[in-house]
Amino acid sequence: MSIEAKEEFRPKIVAFCCNWCSYAGADLAGSSRLGYPADVKIIRVPCSCRVNPMFILRAFEKGADGVIMCGCHPGDCHYSTGNYYARRRMTLLFSMLDYIGVENGRTRVEWVSAAEGVKFSTTMNEFVEKIHSLGKNVRLGDLRCRN
Amino acid sequence: MQELIKRAKELLENGTVARVLGWKAGDLPYNPEPAYFDSTESLADFVYNGFCGANLSKYMIEASKLEGKTLVCLKPCDTYSFNQLLKEHRIDRDKAYVIGVGCKGKLDIERIRKMGIKGIEQISGAEMEDEADTLTVSTIYGEKSCKYADAMLERCHVCKGKEHQVYDELIGESKETKDADRFAEVARIETMTPEEKFAFFQKELSKCIRCNACRNVCPACSCRKCVFDSNKFDSAQKANVDSFEEKMFHIIRAFHVAGRCTDCGECSRVCPQGIPLHLFNRKFIKDIDEFYGEYQAGMDINAQSPLTDFTFDDVEPGIVGERG
Repeated sequence: MSIEAKEEFRPKIVAFCCNWCSYAGADLAGSSRLGYPADVKIIRVPCSCRVNPMFILRAFEKGADGVIMCGCHPGDCHYSTGNYYARRRMTLLFSMLDYIGVENGRTRVEWVSAAEGVKFSTTMNEFVEKIHSLGKNVRLGDLRCRN
Repeated sequence: MQELIKRAKELLENGTVARVLGWKAGDLPYNPEPAYFDSTESLADFVYNGFCGANLSKYMIEASKLEGKTLVCLKPCDTYSFNQLLKEHRIDRDKAYVIGVGCKGKLDIERIRKMGIKGIEQISGAEMEDEADTLTVSTIYGEKSCKYADAMLERCHVCKGKEHQVYDELIGESKETKDADRFAEVARIETMTPEEKFAFFQKELSKCIRCNACRNVCPACSCRKCVFDSNKFDSAQKANVDSFEEKMFHIIRAFHVAGRCTDCGECSRVCPQGIPLHLFNRKFIKDIDEFYGEYQAGMDINAQSPLTDFTFDDVEPGIVGERG
């Protein structure tokens, strides 16, 4: 057996979930016994609006291969309007990441309500598959000089 | 320029203003620097020519804390920044006496050097009174000349117009310099493949030496405490806090000024490494125009900034992928 036998690629995926909808949605997925890959690490935030665009960059810099942000459906925000602001920010950030040449499949926003355990599970499965096909994230590790 | 100095002297003498914020001659013929003048005698050093590219509106933040009014000379594009700072309550309108000065396009010494004109001793043709067509450069290798338009800063080729957005009085004539599309370069990069895009930006950003000149000069970067100030030392300084900041500096900065950047182009002008930093800011401006309607920061002081506003039917972030 060769020592260099390649380990299977396990993507690291960070999911920012809002406390009121998506985190509860993830809970529901769990209690309904719907599976989603263990590669997804959930970070609970008070509201999707709490997600500073820098959190996403930071996650990438720390080695994440994909970042997904989940929040309440527009109109259903616990704080009335938080996710509307988040939506604008994320649109601009994703567009910028696309502009500097980061594959745009690595970032995603999905609105998941507390009743959508199934949606949470399918979204995560889909996303992990997508990151699998994109492979390891090397670009956002260092935007400046490497190599 | 004489008219400007005469008026500044008058205003200083009759006590309307306590000081003048303008440009004074630098060590070399092509690097005038921003300066305060607090007496009529000191105005002897005052210059205003084609090399006065510096945007003085940011200096008004400090000047607003001083006693008495400050006369500030603003070019048309600088008035956008002034307005934006007013909107953010960073400067005091009552402490400023704005003289809108004419602009015939500002020059970039690097462009002149790139034309192969080295060893510059003297440049004529850059004065405001001159018919701005050709520059005559006397160098240690003899006299050379170039077209004024070829030596202009990038931002002057995509000028927002020679209309002052805010002023108390206007002095001097302007000349239209716009001859290119503002978003042409951004659009060109957008059509590249992800590999090409990444290679382009990595090449440009690898030149960065983190001197923080872009941050320090930016009128939109006016936070009292900046995220890039190190909190690990007693004095706020530019030593980086961690590697994250080093790697993502330009994207973080561009995002912090998104929706507030007036596209004054100072970041690219001051960059000692010649990184086209305006490309980041312009990308955000282009996206904002495209997704949320045209918005020019600093144009209307009462307009709601796009990132502090929303509509119920904004585009979803997925549009980035769909657009291809």
